Amino acid sequence: MIRTLPNSRRYQVGFKLYMFLYFGFLFAPLLVTCVLAFNDSQFPSLPWKGFTIEWFTANLPERVGIFHDTINLYSIWVSARVAFFVTIFSVGVGTCAAFLFEQEDFRFKQGLYFLMLAPLVVPGVILGISILLFSNTLGMFFEDHWALDVGLFRPGFWLVVLGQFSFIATLVTLVVSARLKKFDRSLEEAALNLGANRFEVIWYITLKFLRPAIIGSAAVAFLMSFENFNTTLFLVGSDATLPINLYLQVRDGSTPVINAISFLLIVFTSTAALANLYFSKKER
Amino acid sequence: MKKGIRWAFVIFITPVLLWLFLLIVLPHIDLLIMSFRIEDDFGNSTWSVSNYLNFFNEPIYWLTFARTAVYSILVTSLTFIVALPVAFFITKVVDVRYQGFLTMLLLLPFWVSELVRVYGWMILLRESGVINHFLLKAGLLRQPVEMLYNDVTMVMGLVYTSMLFMVVPLISVLDSLDDSLIEAAYDLGANMGSILVKIIIPHSMPGIVSGSIVVFMLTLGNYLTPNLMGGKNSLWFTEQIYNQFIASFNWNQGSAFGFLLLLLSSLVIWAGLKLTGQKLSKVVK
Repeated sequence: MIRTLPNSRRYQVGFKLYMFLYFGFLFAPLLVTCVLAFNDSQFPSLPWKGFTIEWFTANLPERVGIFHDTINLYSIWVSARVAFFVTIFSVGVGTCAAFLFEQEDFRFKQGLYFLMLAPLVVPGVILGISILLFSNTLGMFFEDHWALDVGLFRPGFWLVVLGQFSFIATLVTLVVSARLKKFDRSLEEAALNLGANRFEVIWYITLKFLRPAIIGSAAVAFLMSFENFNTTLFLVGSDATLPINLYLQVRDGSTPVINAISFLLIVFTSTAALANLYFSKKER
Repeated sequence: MKKGIRWAFVIFITPVLLWLFLLIVLPHIDLLIMSFRIEDDFGNSTWSVSNYLNFFNEPIYWLTFARTAVYSILVTSLTFIVALPVAFFITKVVDVRYQGFLTMLLLLPFWVSELVRVYGWMILLRESGVINHFLLKAGLLRQPVEMLYNDVTMVMGLVYTSMLFMVVPLISVLDSLDDSLIEAAYDLGANMGSILVKIIIPHSMPGIVSGSIVVFMLTLGNYLTPNLMGGKNSLWFTEQIYNQFIASFNWNQGSAFGFLLLLLSSLVIWAGLKLTGQKLSKVVK
């Protein structure tokens, strides 16, 4: 049953087998993707034709590796820029929201808190279309009333940033709030008694205390933005982000270049995840 | 000093209000308004409920909607059935030394983009895929079989994608379950089944509800997995929304669809919370 009780052999072996199969199920697609990135073949499939790193480095007419693939490289650059701004905005606003909900009292606080949680339970596709509609409405309004053509309101880079920010900020708020709850407010009172003003207290004491949560949530925000598909799909303009660009290629047939990109993504994200885990363990 | 505190309040609340009203409240009001308007042949728009009437009059629309809802419930239940033993094994059965390592291993694949995971399944399962290659080599098949593009594969893909959001809450509730309760039941002669029904499931209810809500919502709103792994006949409602917006450029119709999907997901979440008497603010943690 559990580890402290006597268990039949059949139960233990059966359970271990189940877990083994489960982990196989979990890792099979990732493993296959990585392995086939190094297959010397024009298609991402078996048979194995030998090891090569040409899908990363080559620049031949029939085989362009990822390091020379300008379209894919450009979409990585777009995604990185989007993720950078989304991280900055959501960490900034999310930290403000955490202070607001943890340290301030005001009317309609419950209602506003509920509203802040809403983006988590609204499907990403719906967030995408409603922001697309609203920006279009605003764009038409500006054009009709002031004959202004505002680029921000058309699908494109900044709309993608805003769309992703709209729900990632909620996550940052929750993570930072959880840490702020553990903060001993008598430290703030002590500083105030010693003559610091509210902003000095926040800057020198509270934010120092929140730093691990802020860094951790920034890393998660960056990753979530980098990988977002659903919301981005409706807001993207001519500059495709990496997931959108990969989706278009996968839908219309694929080459091992996609495996090479996937391999790099897997290595990058698992390193980031492990580093995040390591630092959060160390902090405790 | 009193004044300083009010300034801090203003600084905190301004960005939050801008965020919530400009990006959440007003866009959703706009979505609702757009869904009740139509454009005539001259480009003038008027109020109408015909977008919603279209939905009920065209079987393809409401059938897709019902299909999506039913499959999302199926995916949620399957995810729960697969995830419960995993969470139980990690929290209660395995040697404590391996607990942290296994948990980490469990989370790792979900840091990788959903697109990469779906792509991995595609190269495993397609006609020229890896599984077919091995089955042919082993002589179990004469002809390669197309394993992609059907409902079973699509459901499996959706279960795979949403697994994390079920396993994590289950692990956290089972962690708080006192082992001595199970030991006591065992000493009193209870078998595995009654321990599961009378102790484990009731104790895990908060985790089950929060996991199910998140999995249901993510499955309902998923676009990638049904689109890439489902077949021509496995339409998903988000694809209908996409078609209206991008292909037909009928934004009013698309808004009506979007609003219906939002209504369904809110309704199910609300019902789930009501049935088990929980609060949203508790569940999202």
